[in-house]
Amino acid sequence: MSRPIAAKKRKTVEYTRWGYFFIAPFFIIYTVFALIPLISTFYNSFFETYRIGLSQVGPNFVGIQNFISVFTESKIYIYAWNTVLLWVLNFIPQIAVSLLLAVLFTSSSMNIKGQQFFKTVIYMPNLIMASAFSMLFFALFSDGGPVNSMIVNAGLVSEPIRFGSSVGWTRALICIMNFMMWFGNTTILLMAGIMGIDNSLFEAARIDGAGTGKVFFRITMPLLKPIFVFVFITSLIGGLQMFDVPQILTNGSGNPDRTSMTLIMFLNKHLASRNYGMAGAVSVLIFFVTGALSLVAYRVTMRGYRDSGATN
Amino acid sequence: MSQATSRTELISKTALTYILLVILSMLCIFPFVILIINSTRFHSEIQKGFSLAIGSAFGQNWTKLLSDKNIPIVRALLNSVFISTCASVLTVYFSSMTAYGIYMYKFKFRDVASNFIMIVMMVPTQVSTLGFIRLMQQMGLMNSFIPLIIPAIAAPVVFFFLLQYMRSILPFDIVEAARIDGSNEFYTFNRIVVPILSPAIAVQAIFAFVANWNNFFLPLLILNSKEKWTIPIIIAQLRSADYLKFDMGQVYMTICIAIVPLLIIYLLLSRFIISGVTMGSVKG
Repeated sequence: MSRPIAAKKRKTVEYTRWGYFFIAPFFIIYTVFALIPLISTFYNSFFETYRIGLSQVGPNFVGIQNFISVFTESKIYIYAWNTVLLWVLNFIPQIAVSLLLAVLFTSSSMNIKGQQFFKTVIYMPNLIMASAFSMLFFALFSDGGPVNSMIVNAGLVSEPIRFGSSVGWTRALICIMNFMMWFGNTTILLMAGIMGIDNSLFEAARIDGAGTGKVFFRITMPLLKPIFVFVFITSLIGGLQMFDVPQILTNGSGNPDRTSMTLIMFLNKHLASRNYGMAGAVSVLIFFVTGALSLVAYRVTMRGYRDSGATN
Repeated sequence: MSQATSRTELISKTALTYILLVILSMLCIFPFVILIINSTRFHSEIQKGFSLAIGSAFGQNWTKLLSDKNIPIVRALLNSVFISTCASVLTVYFSSMTAYGIYMYKFKFRDVASNFIMIVMMVPTQVSTLGFIRLMQQMGLMNSFIPLIIPAIAAPVVFFFLLQYMRSILPFDIVEAARIDGSNEFYTFNRIVVPILSPAIAVQAIFAFVANWNNFFLPLLILNSKEKWTIPIIIAQLRSADYLKFDMGQVYMTICIAIVPLLIIYLLLSRFIISGVTMGSVKG
């Protein structure tokens, strides 16, 4: 790399080529560790490869048999439904609370004190190890755990609630954890969005006699739309990848009765048991679902990005 | 509307806001308070029911956990620190390098390269895990840290954030000036560009460290011998073992070790970290 810099005339050409050196590590590593594995995943989805005990079956080419099996033999519809349900049930309260907090925090008439403190606290669960957080919830909500001890002592219930055996409670716990982990992050993003709106618009609306509700629906929401959509879609894609929290809470079983088994948990099960054919088919399906959603996300965020770039 | 009613309305609205904020803050803090309290109590005390009093068993739970051969927590802690440190350093250094390459040089395939990275940014890593594992098996890298560290070089999201930051802060003039002074391109990058980017690099390094520290899906499939386990795998082992047989003081202590170190780092750097949340995604 100690090559002397060439004569002035060829300078630009000479410098331009350096770009390849700078981006080469990324592309080499990405090709080896992500692109080739992705192609290999697609390839594997057309082969029957699994283990029975110690003996290896396959790989035998089976065409689209794995995909047929995924839809006929496994309950992938149910797992997809679980994943979507768990995401929706955390996202609705999350966006509602975050929007409310973002509006309240940025309200100049209320002038909320201690913002840095509240932001620090509500963002905190986002950085916590999801698996440890889930283990903590498992311990707290176990049959003889602190939560049961508290609600029994307070006389709210006569006997401990068996949270882990109830479909509703298990799902609720997963949603509460996801809510806690993400509402702070969403609030901070939405706040930044609201603070980016020209303040004179709010003032003009107030002078014209618009109430809080009207200002929110007529000014804040429409101008917040790009960030709102960004939050919505990144959250959806993140939600489709939900794994750590339900995996630890239910010990990988998705119990009771697999009502909290997510798509990635299902994939993990096939990968762990080395049923590579089925794992491949599940991966390909997840790839296309997230791919379609990501395409929308990409367009929207890039549009939002260009818009903000143009105004800055 | 009279002045008085709007004033009382504002006061009551403000009061309700504070109540809501306090409730949400308590929701976020309370589980960790129980965690820390229970890690200081004896198994028998925990079994009896919850109380807010801090116990005296912290030392005992700590030494018992460290000497438990089934839970190699110290080893896991060192493994987690090692993997997260290496991976986050590689991520930020090479992502800055990639972003700089795209930002500074108008080479022929520049737009193709940057669009490619933008597109793959959206591909979830889990969908290529199958191929990744098979490749690691062929390369003899199963049960090794390499598959958890080296791929960190290619981090599309971090690249994107750093590119955005560069666009807003890095003037071409500085680089031109360095060139006139006869500085080599890599030298310019390491000695001039990296220091200018350091605030963004530091924020992204923290996020990358946290992501690697918390990573559960891939290590679970790659690492299979006890001495290679990371903290999240210890947590999974704890969960899958017969829970009732465990000393609960020890269980809480293990969760503490997984959570508290990062919690302390976060509280020290919270202002800095929170300012990093909006970097790149929203131009506020």
